[in-house]
Amino acid sequence: MAQQQETVLTFRGLTRRFGGVIALNKFDMELTNGQILGLIGPNGSGKTTSFNVLTGIYEANGGSIEFLGQDITSWPAQKVYEAGVARTFQRSRLCLELSIFDNIMIGNHKRLNQGLLFNIFQRKALKEQIQENHEEARKLLKIFDPALAEKMFDPVGSLRMIDRRRIEICRALISHPRLLLLDEPSAGMTHEETRELMDDILEVREMIDGLSIILVEHEMGMIERVTDKCIVLNFGQKICEGAYRDVASDKLVQEAYLGGE
Amino acid sequence: MTQSLKDKLVIILLAAVIAAFSITFIAIEEQVEIFALLVFAAALVLGGAKLGITASIAQSLARNERLMNFAFIAATIAVVFWFREDHFPLLMIATVLLYVIACCGLNIQFGFTGVVNFAGAAFFGVGCYTAAVLGDTSVPLLLVILLGGIIAAIVGSVLIIPVLRTRGHYAAVVTIAFGLLFRTFLEVNDTLGGPQGLGVSGMNLFGWDFNNNIEISENLEISFYMNYVVLALIMVILTFVLMRRIERSWIGLNFDAVRLDETAAACFGIDIKRWKIVAFTLGNFLAGTAGALYAMMLGFIAPSNFAFSDSLILVSIVLLGGMGSLWGTILAAGLVVLLPEKLQVIQEYRFLIYAVVMILILLFRPQGILPRGLRAYIPGWRG
Repeated sequence: MAQQQETVLTFRGLTRRFGGVIALNKFDMELTNGQILGLIGPNGSGKTTSFNVLTGIYEANGGSIEFLGQDITSWPAQKVYEAGVARTFQRSRLCLELSIFDNIMIGNHKRLNQGLLFNIFQRKALKEQIQENHEEARKLLKIFDPALAEKMFDPVGSLRMIDRRRIEICRALISHPRLLLLDEPSAGMTHEETRELMDDILEVREMIDGLSIILVEHEMGMIERVTDKCIVLNFGQKICEGAYRDVASDKLVQEAYLGGE
Repeated sequence: MTQSLKDKLVIILLAAVIAAFSITFIAIEEQVEIFALLVFAAALVLGGAKLGITASIAQSLARNERLMNFAFIAATIAVVFWFREDHFPLLMIATVLLYVIACCGLNIQFGFTGVVNFAGAAFFGVGCYTAAVLGDTSVPLLLVILLGGIIAAIVGSVLIIPVLRTRGHYAAVVTIAFGLLFRTFLEVNDTLGGPQGLGVSGMNLFGWDFNNNIEISENLEISFYMNYVVLALIMVILTFVLMRRIERSWIGLNFDAVRLDETAAACFGIDIKRWKIVAFTLGNFLAGTAGALYAMMLGFIAPSNFAFSDSLILVSIVLLGGMGSLWGTILAAGLVVLLPEKLQVIQEYRFLIYAVVMILILLFRPQGILPRGLRAYIPGWRG
């Protein structure tokens, strides 16, 4: 793995409040190029909130976010995506009545020509763009499941949970992001399916140069297997950071999360 | 018989049946007969659906889109030609066509993008009044139709900020309020004729006066409404091409993404505001163009033509046909415009019946009579 120690993402004192509840409290974090970071902690500890603040869905109440050398703290969601951050959602947010291809193309927004006149009048060029992108999406989806790649024009609503997860991850990866945020990819899946999915993600990572990943996950086996580094959150605060082995043996963490004696 | 030949025969036969049915439906007057014809048609469709015939017809249609389009245009022309000498049927057909255009506008707005608009009749009305005001000036009348659309779009921009800020019920209330304001404004505005309304000059294309019957020979005098039908049909075809191109492009995809999940759309770079503005403006433009020609055809317009109930009719056409479904819009526009005219008995109970039908549709077939299918970017191509 090409591991330059270039910093991709930095949180400095990131804070987010909902009324009186502090969902994220002075969160400091750093992520380097190609790193996989596991974000763990009990329910309501601020994992998803940190994704939502990072991607611009929520505004930060304090602190700053730096991505690839730019301060993106107050950027809207669209601009954060343009900069190279793509995500999946805890509860799958695909457009169920649209086809697999449609859903993946939503994730490809920045690489498609969105001009009004282009789309309406330059049908030939548009047709080529559609076919090129279809081929690319098919190749990507094939890594996850070859059978699925042959059903590009089936509605997503007709698919199983694991297939929907795969499509959601393809939607995030199709635009070649620099940072991928995975919010509980194992939710609603068996151990075996989760394992398979993670293998596929790792395979794709080899193909996208310098892709960093933040993984929110409850499935500790998965965290142990794939992450380079872990951060444990509790009540919006970072309580521990380090390799999974060290983190798992930390007293504070055991009390807060693993339910130590 | 090969599959493709069979498909072609099916399509031509279907178009012929639809044409024959439409002609019969428009021609007969006896209430019992009309009622019987409707029951017969409903039984045919329901029976066909049970036996899987409609599904196989739908597949034949999907495989031969170009032929289907031409067959349906030919069917329309056949119906129009049948009634070439009769004013009233042609007036009704032209009205259906213009409603189709206005409802295509609404389809872009809430069928595709999910932007509700309960002021459709108001934007249609802006087009009408544009035609009334500009009709007597030296502006070419074809341009007036275009201007009707543009001015409707501009008037609509007043609503853009509230429409962007509100969602669901609130957006509905905002547009309802606008519709009521529009009507009140017309009623108190003396330059625009007040409650009495305004006369509108008829269409005139390069010296061709649309309001004169076309005398072909001693015993063939084509109704002047034919002019309007032909122009309206051309406009419908253009609107259809536009709608299809939008739907089958990244723009259509953006619209769908905005409608289905704004948060997810925003996380993938889709500018929610931009696409809502595009959809709202384009939709109002279409309603305005339809209104302009409608006013020229009727020759007279008044504020009472643009009441809230008229907006509701437009909305009900879209819901009845199926959100975002183009063929559904045509079918529903035909039913909603023609039924009250044909079934005089129901005239007074029109809104009661609409309400019941709408509730039934929303309960039992929320996707509409002819639901919109999945996006086929390139017809017949599946990768």
